[in-house]
Amino acid sequence: MTDASVPASPPFRLSMLVNDRRYRSMTFQVVVFILVMAGAWWLVMNTIHNLSLMGKSFNFGFLFQRAGYDIPQTPIPYTADDTHLRAAVVGLLNTLIVAVLGCIAATVLGVIVGVARLSNNWLFARLMTVFVEIFRNMPLLLWILIVYAVFTEIMPAPNAFRGDNPTASMILFDHVALTNRYTAIPTLAMTNDPGSLDLGARITFNWATIAIAGALIAGLIARRMIRDRAQAVQDRTGIRPVTWWQTLAVMTVPTLILIWYFGLHLEAPSLQGFNFTGGLNVSNSLVALWLALTLYTAAFIAEIVRAGILAVSRGQSEAAFALGLRPNRTMSLVILPQALRVIIPPLISQYLNLTKNSSLAIAVGYMDLRGTLGGTTLNQTGRELEAIVLMMLTYLVISLIISAGMNIFNARVKLKER
Amino acid sequence: MSDTHAQTVGFVRDTMLPSAAPPVRESGAVRWLRENLFSGPVNTILTILGIGIVWFLVATFWDWFAHSVWNANSLNECREIVAATWGEGARGACFAVIRERWNQYLFGFYPQDLYWRPTMTFGLMMVALAPVLFSASLTIRRVVLAITAVVTLWAMIVLGAPAGWLGFATLVLVVGLVASERNIMWLLPFSIIYPLLGVWFLWGGSLWGPIFVLVGPVLGWIAWRVLSRVSPLLATVAAILVTVLFWLMLAGDAARDAENLLSLSIQSVRSDRFGGFLLSLTIGVAGIALSLPLGIVLALARQSDMFLIKSLSVIFIEFIRGVPLITLLFVASLLLNYFLPPGTTFDIILRVIIMVTIFAAAYMAEVIRGGLAALPKGQYEAADALGLDYWKAQRLIVLPQALKISIPGIVSTFIGMFKDTTLVTFVGLYDPLKSMSDAVRANVAWKGIYWEPFIFVGAIFFLICFGMSRYSMYLERRLQRDHR
Repeated sequence: MTDASVPASPPFRLSMLVNDRRYRSMTFQVVVFILVMAGAWWLVMNTIHNLSLMGKSFNFGFLFQRAGYDIPQTPIPYTADDTHLRAAVVGLLNTLIVAVLGCIAATVLGVIVGVARLSNNWLFARLMTVFVEIFRNMPLLLWILIVYAVFTEIMPAPNAFRGDNPTASMILFDHVALTNRYTAIPTLAMTNDPGSLDLGARITFNWATIAIAGALIAGLIARRMIRDRAQAVQDRTGIRPVTWWQTLAVMTVPTLILIWYFGLHLEAPSLQGFNFTGGLNVSNSLVALWLALTLYTAAFIAEIVRAGILAVSRGQSEAAFALGLRPNRTMSLVILPQALRVIIPPLISQYLNLTKNSSLAIAVGYMDLRGTLGGTTLNQTGRELEAIVLMMLTYLVISLIISAGMNIFNARVKLKER
Repeated sequence: MSDTHAQTVGFVRDTMLPSAAPPVRESGAVRWLRENLFSGPVNTILTILGIGIVWFLVATFWDWFAHSVWNANSLNECREIVAATWGEGARGACFAVIRERWNQYLFGFYPQDLYWRPTMTFGLMMVALAPVLFSASLTIRRVVLAITAVVTLWAMIVLGAPAGWLGFATLVLVVGLVASERNIMWLLPFSIIYPLLGVWFLWGGSLWGPIFVLVGPVLGWIAWRVLSRVSPLLATVAAILVTVLFWLMLAGDAARDAENLLSLSIQSVRSDRFGGFLLSLTIGVAGIALSLPLGIVLALARQSDMFLIKSLSVIFIEFIRGVPLITLLFVASLLLNYFLPPGTTFDIILRVIIMVTIFAAAYMAEVIRGGLAALPKGQYEAADALGLDYWKAQRLIVLPQALKISIPGIVSTFIGMFKDTTLVTFVGLYDPLKSMSDAVRANVAWKGIYWEPFIFVGAIFFLICFGMSRYSMYLERRLQRDHR
């Protein structure tokens, strides 16, 4: 005997695939899946067919052939005899260099401008508004071209710095020279060089760098231990021991000792013959790209910072003042933690944008990933498909890493709700 | 105590003193200065810094602007004029290059005698946009359309448009004005056919092509009407199939035959003649119009319960957002011939528009997803409670609110996309910024001129982008429905 309360399920009919809610989404997904697969199959078949028509194959063997072209700025040793793969790695490092430098500078400038826009000072706030509107509403390419033109057209040639009565002079206490081909900046030099660690593939790390990095990491660990101990003492006795001088000591003293031991100092560039030597000559394409990316992104970051600070309600700072917190404690303990929650997600996308926009290096001839793998290598080997696919995947991986790393950070500062 | 005191004091003032002016430092300009510029040491330092920046900028650039030359035939002539007028060693801007080459910055290498065609296209675009963008306020509509009408007709006369086309433009503009006074929605059919008309005006050729492109959806609609009584799904499938099959199989031949029977051609212009702001605006407007619907679909797909749909949309969006636009443009220019059947070629501007649209749509999808996520859950539940199906709920309840929330993001995506149209220079198109300036500098007369083209092009970009951002603020205020 059947249970009368459960209606007999109607026999399955084909039209139920479309009209019945239970099956409709399944049907729809299967149809979309088939269509997408058919589309992908069509593209792949076309590609295979086209490649065979041209007598090409899809392989990455060209990466291990001799590159045969020079790159002006090489963070790792590179000559024209190296492979295309090594050239691509050099390009990738160049991309990362300009991206990291740009992100740091844009954040600093953006925060300053964003806070200044909120200042009580009428004139300064207006000036910052003008800055933001001008840089936000014109194409980045325009700024890159303008900054590059400023460097190549207005800056003096290196030989203008020569002679007893030169027409140009170095700035920042005779440490930086802006010329129309490169910017000469000082380098770090050592009187007591400990030699380098060879990582293979002609990549070396100076022992001094490793030692100082090690000292800093050890300092961070020691600082954490000091803080934990202070917390433990406070939990036990209710009195927090004064630790700032211990923290300061573990963070700075070992590093200072190492710096003294290695004899680390700044070596200023000086004019020898036609060019500056002694320092580092940074090509103007890098400087122009970096400066333009910084200014452009800073305008966006300024807006993000301003919106973040405005998003914290006035009552929060008033409450903090009512509790008797001083303004800087209010800022660091009440306002900033809440503002960061609003600021960080859009800030992440600005970092991503800056990294991707660094591919505009093409406009100033800076040899980044697009300039090496997607430029000269592509043109020399004629492997458009492989080079562009590899380049896109590399950019994709960089983007995903940035976004994953910043999302972890975001999760830490996020407001904990229930 | 107090009452004894009250009785002893026998004096009550019976006249009011006239009110005195506040102390001089507490009102007017002095007070404003003290409050806004010199309220404390930090503020004073900032003021001095600000004055310093302004002074530096003015001192560096003022003489250069003040000595600008507008009438000359070459850079050397400019320099001679500056030296003759302001003395040896003076410097001055040479805006003569803009005066001589403005047409290339605006139209690229478009044939000179046809300049009126893009002008008319742009003017009529405002009429087509009116029902979409300016439907709320009669005053704004009146002002915009009247200015558009006057400027478009004046420019067409100056550029030497033939009388027939002048009449056509006048007709459309006047009808637009009348419709805007009576009922703006009368213009909606024009807005719908405008994209095809615009393509025809710009590229020229036979009108039969756009007509038969339009016939496809009409046939599809007829098929849908006939079959919708049998089954809605069957009708939808049939409508799409009829449209696509008509486009693929019949439209081309039919357009050729019709052209042979009755020629409706105007002079055609090849894509490589496009350049300058004409190119930027064509790519920008097409990208904006196409990326919004695509972005909405992607955002809805990403919010969907169906796992496969959601994953496909996530993969697509994250992939597009993870790579620079330049690489996508390279795909358009270098790789598309690998992916399509051998012998397929289509226009480079069309390819760029497709890539820009895909790129902008991925960003748009994320913006709209934010709007969808910001919508209270109760709204979705209310739609379900009313018994609306998915599409009705989205169309009537969810999307209007979500889109309203995402207006600022949508407009900044548009602004970003319009600025990014300058990147087409890297696939060999003549963008107004780099390629056009390089082309101008290639001429011996203007070799070495940098700043004036940058200023000119930058100013136009600034006006358009700034205008768009102000429009979005206006829209936000107008659509504000919450009571605060």
